[in-house]
Parts: sequence; C-alpha cells; structure tokens
Amino acid sequence: MSERYIASVDQGTASSRCLIFDGRARIVSVSQVEHRHIFPRPGHVEHDPREIWRNVQHVVGEALATAQLGVRDVVALGIANQRETTVLWDRATGEPVHNALNWQDMRTDHLVRELAGDDGPDRFRDRCGLPLATYFSGPKIRWLLDHVDGLRARAEAGDVLFGTMDSWLIWNLIGRHVTDVTNAGRTMLMNLETLDWDDVLLDAMGVPRAMLPAIRPSMEIYGEAGGAFAGLPVAAALGDQHAALFGQTCFSPGDAKCTYGTGSFLLMNTGEQPVRSANGLLTTVGYKIGDRPATYALEGSIAVTGALVQWFRDKLGLIGSAPEIETLARTVDDSGGCYVVPAFSGLFAPHWRSDARGVIAGLTGYISKGHLARAVLEATSWQTREVVDAMNSDAGVALTSLKVDGGMTGNNLLMQSLADVLDVPVVRPIVAEAPSLGAAYAAGLAVGFWPDVEDLRAQWHKAAEWLPAMDPAVRAKGYRKWRKAVARTVDWVDEDDDED
Amino acid sequence: MFGIVERSSDRFGPVPARIQSIERAAAILRLLSGRNRRLGVAQLAGELDLPKGTVHGILRTLAAVGFIEQDEESGRYQLGAALLHMGSSYLDGNELRARALNWSDSLAARSGESVRIGTLHEGRVLVVHHVFRPDDSRQALEVGALQPAHATALGKVLLAANRYAAAELARHGLPRYTPATITDWDKLSSELDTVLERGWAADSEELVVGEVSLAAPIDDRRGVTAGAIGISGPVERLTEEGAPRSELVSYVREAARAVSRDLGAIPW
Repeated sequence: MSERYIASVDQGTASSRCLIFDGRARIVSVSQVEHRHIFPRPGHVEHDPREIWRNVQHVVGEALATAQLGVRDVVALGIANQRETTVLWDRATGEPVHNALNWQDMRTDHLVRELAGDDGPDRFRDRCGLPLATYFSGPKIRWLLDHVDGLRARAEAGDVLFGTMDSWLIWNLIGRHVTDVTNAGRTMLMNLETLDWDDVLLDAMGVPRAMLPAIRPSMEIYGEAGGAFAGLPVAAALGDQHAALFGQTCFSPGDAKCTYGTGSFLLMNTGEQPVRSANGLLTTVGYKIGDRPATYALEGSIAVTGALVQWFRDKLGLIGSAPEIETLARTVDDSGGCYVVPAFSGLFAPHWRSDARGVIAGLTGYISKGHLARAVLEATSWQTREVVDAMNSDAGVALTSLKVDGGMTGNNLLMQSLADVLDVPVVRPIVAEAPSLGAAYAAGLAVGFWPDVEDLRAQWHKAAEWLPAMDPAVRAKGYRKWRKAVARTVDWVDEDDDED
Repeated sequence: MFGIVERSSDRFGPVPARIQSIERAAAILRLLSGRNRRLGVAQLAGELDLPKGTVHGILRTLAAVGFIEQDEESGRYQLGAALLHMGSSYLDGNELRARALNWSDSLAARSGESVRIGTLHEGRVLVVHHVFRPDDSRQALEVGALQPAHATALGKVLLAANRYAAAELARHGLPRYTPATITDWDKLSSELDTVLERGWAADSEELVVGEVSLAAPIDDRRGVTAGAIGISGPVERLTEEGAPRSELVSYVREAARAVSRDLGAIPW
C-alpha cells in the first residue's frame, strides 16, 4: 500500500498556508500565499473572503503538487484558522454580503460599551467565558446587521449565513453550514456548558439563530470536498490557538503551551470542566474529539511581545533585524535594573487596564542599548510569568513545564530567560508549526489515520529544552521590580487625552 | 609616499576616474586568493606583466595596512589577517538560527539525528543552533559550544570555504582526538578540496570514536558560505559499509540548500 498523507490548512491573519504531513507527522511540503488587509478607515480591518477561499484552493493544490501527490494520496484535510474574523454570505449564491471583519477591527468599540452598560464588560462571562470586547464575533455580526441595508430581514429568514473562517471554508469545500466548537466559543453567542447557541446571548446581541451554523466537534468527518478536491474528507477545524494546544499534545489537565508571535497566547488544558477565571483569563473550549466530552482551557493573551522587538527595530532603529536583538542583548550580562513595560494600548491579562501606557523604568545613566535590548526581551518573560501565576491560581494546579512555539522560540536568550523567571523547564517541539500540526493531528484522528491521542503523544518530540538556572533571590527581586514597573503604567490616560 | 604615481584621469577620459594602482593592488590580491596562496614578487610581476619595482611598491603598501603578509622564511606573500576578517561572510549567528529554524527541525525529523548549525569563530566551530535528536532522551542544548574545525563535518565545510583560516589553523598544529583525526596539513588540504568539489563533508569518528557527522554549506545572498548545517550520530546509524548513508547525505544537502535559498543565495 502506498504512503498516505494529511493536508493541513492554516488560514491565518496574514496568510493562508497548506502543509502536507506524512504518517509520522513530518512536514512533506509547504505552500503559502498572503492576502490583502483592507483598511477602509482607521480602526477598520477587513479581508476579502473570496480572495481567501481562492488562496486556500491555491495553496492546497500547490502543496500537493510540490510533494508530487494527488488528492487520492491524502486521507483527510484539517483546518486551523484565525479566530473571530466574521464572514456573512448569501445562502443561495454563496457570495459574501460584505468584506470579512477581521478580529483586530475596532468598529464595534461603541457597541461593546453599550452592550456592557451598567453591568460592565463581564456581563456575559458566566455564560460564554468571555468579557465584552471588540474582537469577538457576536458584536461584529450585530454591527453588520445594523449597517448593511436589508441584511437583518434576510438573516432572520435564513437567507444570509454567518461563519468564522472555518465555516466559510467548509461551506465552500463541502457545501455544509457548520462550525467547530472552539470557533463557536469565540462568538460570545455559545453557552460554555451546553456548547450550543444561547438564547439569552442571541437576544442580547440581537443575532437571529437562523443565520448561525450548526456547532460540531473539532474533529469528525464534516463531509467530502467537491470540485478540484473531489472526494477529500474535511475532518477537522479548530481556532489556531486551540489547534496549537492540540498540536503541542497538551492532552492532560495542567498541560500548557504558549505561542510567541507579535502577541502571545498561553492556553492551559483544564480538563472536562470549564474553569471560571478570577484573574482576568478567558475560559474557552480547548477542543472536542467526536462524541467525547469537550476539553476546556484557560487562555491568557499578551498583547505585545514580538511587537515590542519590532518597535525596538523599527521605531528606535537600534537593530537591523529582529534576531539581532539577541546579539545586542548578549553584549551585557543583565538589564542593568531597567524594565520595559509595553502597555502600548493598555495592559491585557491579567490586569486589564485600558488607562495604562508603557514605561521604561529604572533608567539611569548607566543604561546602554544592550541593557535596553535585554529589558525588551525580559518583558516577554515577565508578562508570561504574570499570566502563568494567574493561571496557576485559577486552575488550582501549578504549571510544571511550558511548551512553546512560534517565531520567537528561535531566540535562545529569551527562552532561557523564560525558563529562569517561570522556574520551570521550557520546551520547544520539533514541529514549530503547532497550529498546522494540531489541525493535521485532529483530521488524522477523525479518519483513523492515527489511532488515538497516545499515539500522537508518542510522535511529539523535543527539539530543545531550557532549564531554569536563576538564583531564586534574583528571580524574586526581578519580579518585585517588574511589578513595581507595571504599577507605574496605570492611570496614565486622562479624560482629556484624545483617544481616537 | 610609497612612490606610487597616480595617472591623471585624462588618460581614461572624464569622470569617474579609475585609479590604476588600486586596480593593480586588486589584481595582486586576486592572485593571492587563488590556488597558490603564497607567491613571490617575481611570480606576481610575471603574472601581471609589470615591472618588479612597481609590484614591490604595491606589496609594501598592502603589507603596511595588513591586507597581506610576508612569510619570513620564503619571503613570499600571502593574504593578511585584516583582509580575512573583512572578507569572511558576516551573518549574525542569531539571524542565521532564526532563518534556519524550520529547516533544521525538518532535518532532525527526517534523519532522526541531532542537528547543529555552526559558523567559524577564531578557527573553531561555534554552534549557533542545536536541535535535539527526536527520541526524547535527555540532551542538553549546546548552543554557544566550540568544536574543533578539522575534526568535524561542520568545520570541514567551513574550512573548505575559507582556506586561509584552514592554513592558519594548520600553522598552530592539528590536534589528534582519535586515531582517525586528520593531523597532517596536506591530507586535510586535499580532503577540503574534495569537500568543496562534492558539496558536503563527513567526519568518520575523527572527533569521538563511534560518532560520525555529516554537513553541507549554507550560502548567503552573495554566494559566500555563511555557515554549515549537519547531523551527527553513531557510526552504525549514519554509515553503511563504511560510507555515509546516501539518503542522510541528501537530507543534509537538501536542508542546506533550503536555508541558502531562504538567505537569497539561490534565486529560485
């Protein structure tokens, strides 16, 4: 019997990629195409859903061609996708009725504050696990229904359909209107306990049930593709961070991964019960395998990590490329007592202070650009430490090691600093493309290509490991100073500051 | 002050003027960077069809700025340390690691062996990236470690691309680590010729008995070797009938080409 493969689509914020994996979950080929970001006005960010669908078809075709494979060689397709980005389309024609509203789009700012009312942003947290914020899909749907002529009536009649990127792609691939539970969980419309659309939330948000997709497990055979990929089973869909959790084989409660990119997302498996956060974390569905109970997760989002290095490169011009920050940072032994808190647009988890702005604290005449470079890298470590502390406290279990992925894991100094300040081993897996791998694992499980999660766990291998080597007294003092620096960021924004 | 007379620009027409003595100096440096690395004044004058006095003046100037050196015993000239430092490809090791991350992971996954990327640092191999052997055994990160260049595949690839560093190394002696270590300069030199020709290097138990390494060059956008990527492991897994297993050699070479492509060395 000839070798069989899994195709994995990562429909991300910047690009769409397809990776083909072999039976031992090794990357066989990669294809990637970027798509446009459309900025109709400040704070508005859109994609053209048709362009994304075209790109996805292209990358799947190209990845197969590069590996000299046909559709028949592939046992299943899995999807990992940018979360919350919202598409509305006409059921009859399949044409989008508006550009997709990207998760970064801020146009629902007023709407979100209005919905929060006197109860505040946590009004719906009990039901959906999320605070009211611009990036979730529910408010975006509401905005479109309010602003596109005649849309509400068509939506109520079920003639206009909503979907996140997974839904949009699956609709185009197999013609069914479904979404996976991890993506549905990012709309603010799904009840975390029932894993179904919640009437209270639908009412409050003003979203008709008729336009919503059926919520399905993250992995099951949704159907077979038609067209160029005729016969290819579409067998998994997960939000990208959830796919990364799965790809990092975080299958047991307490297992956690952090994906380091522009911002960073730490997710911890909390088992079969949703854990309500008392510390500003999001409660979310980790994944759901077929008919088995869902696995929940706590999520801590850090807004600015890699973005701080980009700022250091582009705005301060002290380095020519992001990796050079390590070279500069290694010219000194420590940050010289300097701390950079990148509260560029307020503080996210676990503080949630929108009135905060960034500071460089502990500045003296001694501080050189090397010290600043160190402080910039350490900012990512200390921010992770704050999220991990919040998670340990909410989950009632302490993190014993952190699995990492994403571009910043190429920075050895940062990874060592992370192990030092967290005081746990930091481990990078051999496939750094955790979201793609997770979607491939999920699709492979759904069709029986891989027998069970234990088999997947056995395929996961360490590529590198950093062990904590910091004197506990130094760690304690560093964290104390970091928290003092954080305290100096709050209450910066005043009433008369023009926040537009 | 060294008696070099510049021709006026009118001989070559209007601006931009070309300075003949610099052109001649460049021609001398080019000859010294060829296969015969050490040449005397007479040989150089003959090659360039110039009076010995003219060549001698240029040589003295180049020696004064450190671009060439005169061998005390033979009186012949060779490229100097200052020029070598300027000429060696400068690519930040951290940048190299960032660009090579995916391909080195994939090499480790395909080969089942540990992967290292190295650059030349004062005659030794500086490990700038290390991917564990994918078997979850206990392994320690070796980034920042230094390895002897003449006894490793990474080192041979780097030395093959930088013969002056190789000659410099040989001048200080080539220490023996195992019975298989190459300690003779002529033997190493001919091995480096082979490495350059076939595009990959092997160390067959030359550093550690029972251990073999394979490596291939990573070229930057100028086509200059910026580093080397390779695998290492036990002789039973890496060789077959005394020779490196050909599929492992091709994995290593494919990974090196992929990283080089990402660095812009190959335009497709």
